Amino acid sequence: MSEPTRDKLLDVQHLQVYFPIKKGLMKRVVGHVHAVEDVSFSVHPREVFALVGESGCGKSTTGTAILRLIEPTGGKVFFEGRELNSLSEEEMRLKRRDMQFIFQNPYSSLNPRMNVWKLLSEPLRVHFNLSEAELRERVEEMLRLIGMTPDQLERYPHQFSGGQKQRISIARALITHPSFVVADEPVSALDVSIQAQILNLMMELQQEMELAMIFISHDLNVVRHISSSVGVMYLGSIMELGETEEVYRHPAHPYTQALLSAVPSHDPLHKSKHIVLEGDVPNPASPPSGCPFHTRCSRCTAECREQKPALTETAPGHFTACHHAGAPKA
Amino acid sequence: MKKTRQPVKQRPLPGNESTLRLLWQDPMGRAGMIGIGLIIIMAVFAPWIARYDVAQMHARNRLQGPSAQFWFGTDNFGRDVFSRIVYGARVSLVVGIVAVGIAAGFGYLLGMIAGFFEGKTETVIMMVMDIIFAFPSILLALFIVAALGTSIVNTMIAIGIVNIPVFCRTVRASVKTVKSTDYIANARSIGLKRMSILFRHVTPNVMAPFTVQATLALSGAILTEASMSFLGLGIQPPNPSWGSMLSDARKYMEQAPWLVIFPALFIIITILSFNILGDALRDVLDPKLKL
Amino acid sequence: MKDLLEIRNLKITTLRGKETVRLLDYVDLNIPKKCSFGIVGESGCGKSITANAVLGLLPYPLRVSEGSIRYDSRDGEKELLRLNKKEMQAVRGGEISMIFQEPMTSLDPIFTVEKQMAEAVSFHHPNAGRGEIRERSLEMLKKVNIPRPEQTLASYPHQLSGGQLQRIMIAIALINNPRLLLADEPTTALDVTIQAQILKLMNDLKEQNDTSIVMITHDLGVIAETCEEVAVFYAGQIVEQANVVELFSHTAHPYTQGLLRAVTSLGGATRKLYTIPGIVPPGGQWLSGCRFADRCSRCTERCRQEMPALKEVSPRHLCRCFQNSGEVDA
Repeated sequence: MSEPTRDKLLDVQHLQVYFPIKKGLMKRVVGHVHAVEDVSFSVHPREVFALVGESGCGKSTTGTAILRLIEPTGGKVFFEGRELNSLSEEEMRLKRRDMQFIFQNPYSSLNPRMNVWKLLSEPLRVHFNLSEAELRERVEEMLRLIGMTPDQLERYPHQFSGGQKQRISIARALITHPSFVVADEPVSALDVSIQAQILNLMMELQQEMELAMIFISHDLNVVRHISSSVGVMYLGSIMELGETEEVYRHPAHPYTQALLSAVPSHDPLHKSKHIVLEGDVPNPASPPSGCPFHTRCSRCTAECREQKPALTETAPGHFTACHHAGAPKA
Repeated sequence: MKKTRQPVKQRPLPGNESTLRLLWQDPMGRAGMIGIGLIIIMAVFAPWIARYDVAQMHARNRLQGPSAQFWFGTDNFGRDVFSRIVYGARVSLVVGIVAVGIAAGFGYLLGMIAGFFEGKTETVIMMVMDIIFAFPSILLALFIVAALGTSIVNTMIAIGIVNIPVFCRTVRASVKTVKSTDYIANARSIGLKRMSILFRHVTPNVMAPFTVQATLALSGAILTEASMSFLGLGIQPPNPSWGSMLSDARKYMEQAPWLVIFPALFIIITILSFNILGDALRDVLDPKLKL
Repeated sequence: MKDLLEIRNLKITTLRGKETVRLLDYVDLNIPKKCSFGIVGESGCGKSITANAVLGLLPYPLRVSEGSIRYDSRDGEKELLRLNKKEMQAVRGGEISMIFQEPMTSLDPIFTVEKQMAEAVSFHHPNAGRGEIRERSLEMLKKVNIPRPEQTLASYPHQLSGGQLQRIMIAIALINNPRLLLADEPTTALDVTIQAQILKLMNDLKEQNDTSIVMITHDLGVIAETCEEVAVFYAGQIVEQANVVELFSHTAHPYTQGLLRAVTSLGGATRKLYTIPGIVPPGGQWLSGCRFADRCSRCTERCRQEMPALKEVSPRHLCRCFQNSGEVDA
């Protein structure tokens, strides 16, 4: 793989995460769940990169492994040219000032025994040496950015609605002014009318704070709206990668095509023509040979069963991992 | 820090004052607090409340029923049962508190270590705990007292050791639950040190089940002391303990039922008070209830 | 009685401490025969409890405090709210079935699929023999496109995937040929490709049988794909009701318009998403005038003072708004 170049903020190379399956009294390892098989992509400064896929495809695991919230079993992650997995625990801890994580569920990711003031001042206390007055100033500035007022500082998480809680957890992640953030399904736990509010907030903050972001989601409409590049994941591997509009307009992988067609349309007169996939996602503890998608693919051939297709450039800047990439035959 | 007052009804989270106030507002909590308060007053002010010396024998008034002179009657030596029960409250409370203190202290430490560091340390600690746990507690306590010799201190140590596993398990389980929550992952992603996570995030969330467990264990410890004294291996005469009073009364149960009724009644009141207080605490310490 | 189900003035309350809190306020609803009826709304709007009330499944302390639910059963008209336990059990699963959001927790983990299907049959047909029941179960599993029915019958729930379990739930719900199927967010817990499978299956089954389906969901896309008639719930009331094409093309209520604009502006030309301001009101904490007033851009003084009635704005199109002469502001 090429050397990490300066213009990439984050460069993920062959990331792999296996979870051991332990059995019996002695906790013997009897196998591995192949959560992330071989994932490579890069994120530029101020870019929103989306990872999209269905549950169990490894998109969240990829996000947490990049930030070393779980330890990857293989591969390299370069952040600002430095390899993260070679950092000591303490060095990594200090690095977290610049790379933060936004959790899916605001109901469980905020400590119920801490009020807003404690929640928001804690990251600053960890990474900066500020006076109480400076802390106060930074916290109030952040509160303004997320559309809340200082009189709410003494309240506890359970006194807020889901949308407000997610605002607080976004503020907690961004208060140290990181240059990079991983957002793991940040709106999927919220009501429809609230989702748009949070997405707008995230897009505003991303612009204003010049953030690079990995946006993890299963919602294809949301991904299309918020990201400039996208990686489509299936069973631990990236199946298709490229600029979002290009991938959505000209999906080359049969899985991406099925996925995009499955999204219900909002027009009862023009119902979308679904490509309904047969069967279920295979068990990641015993992934199929060859192409991970071949068990459900209509274009499957002998080659697909034996050889895993590599991610190759099928159009400029558009990569597809398929032996038979291209538009579906009519 | 400038504090702005809120018109919205809100209470601060578990500081001691607010917890006590909330407990008082809960009918069950109030009942428990009143019961325990009475026992504590009895124990603290025993010399003023008791009407006679606990060892003083009124030879002419043996096995007298309750009367104006002897409120709860007298025992086979002519000693005043009321005075002995009042002083017995001291024994019960001291034994209970010290024993639970020993159990809670060691149990908390071991549980924290086991739950937070996991791996081999956890396996070894939990193995030892399981072994202690496997013995019937009263049998183990009797065994320890038999080995150390009968004295009030040894009784407390024995009851303490027997109760360590319960605390260790409670704390370890809560630590593990808390550790797997999103907000601990969140704390890590913010960049907190391991020790800060332990003290700022894990400990406060473990304290609630721990406090409840301590309250419930107090009643257990008092009961164990009573049982041990009943069997003659607890508090030695002439010191009165509710258990030993019951034990001594065995022979006179039919002639003088008050000898059994009053110590038993106080044991029941104490145990019940601690138990309902424990249950009320469990509710009160849940942060979501504080709107 | 010309409709299958007639709900009149249904009011549901709960207890919060010693206070009685309203969760549903005088809802009228008619479900015609052989119809797929959609109920759409956000959390706490009362859509799920309405369905639960029909089958007498409200958990304590929720209760129906007023109203009537009349059902045109095979043996005559019935007032469901006055049935005793035994009569209600005969209706449940026989005449009216329900499927829930979480297929994982709706089946008992300690029994095989066969046992749970047999239980559903033998409860309503005590004279059915074992062979007959098994045949019927197999036939149902084939109907819902389970790939290996014999093997599946012998499986325990944890051995099956979410999509398969939801198919089995549907099979159990339909095994006694009910005339009404209440589906409470049946695809929310499922991935989008699996959702497409299940929705297609439900549409097919509706065509084949004489079953009416009530689809309860927060997803307007699901409604557009599957329903003929739609009721929009907000804060314990119906705010709009119409034929699906009419509702999507001539949306009258500002809330419905907002919901639609929030979802359709995803992927739209402007980067900033359309949002409905404010929060979704929690159950019972409602305004005295129009309940949407504080989030509505067209709110007037009258809206704050007075509750608008549900009125016909065009034939068979009901809307609860003072300003709904049909015009939609751009």
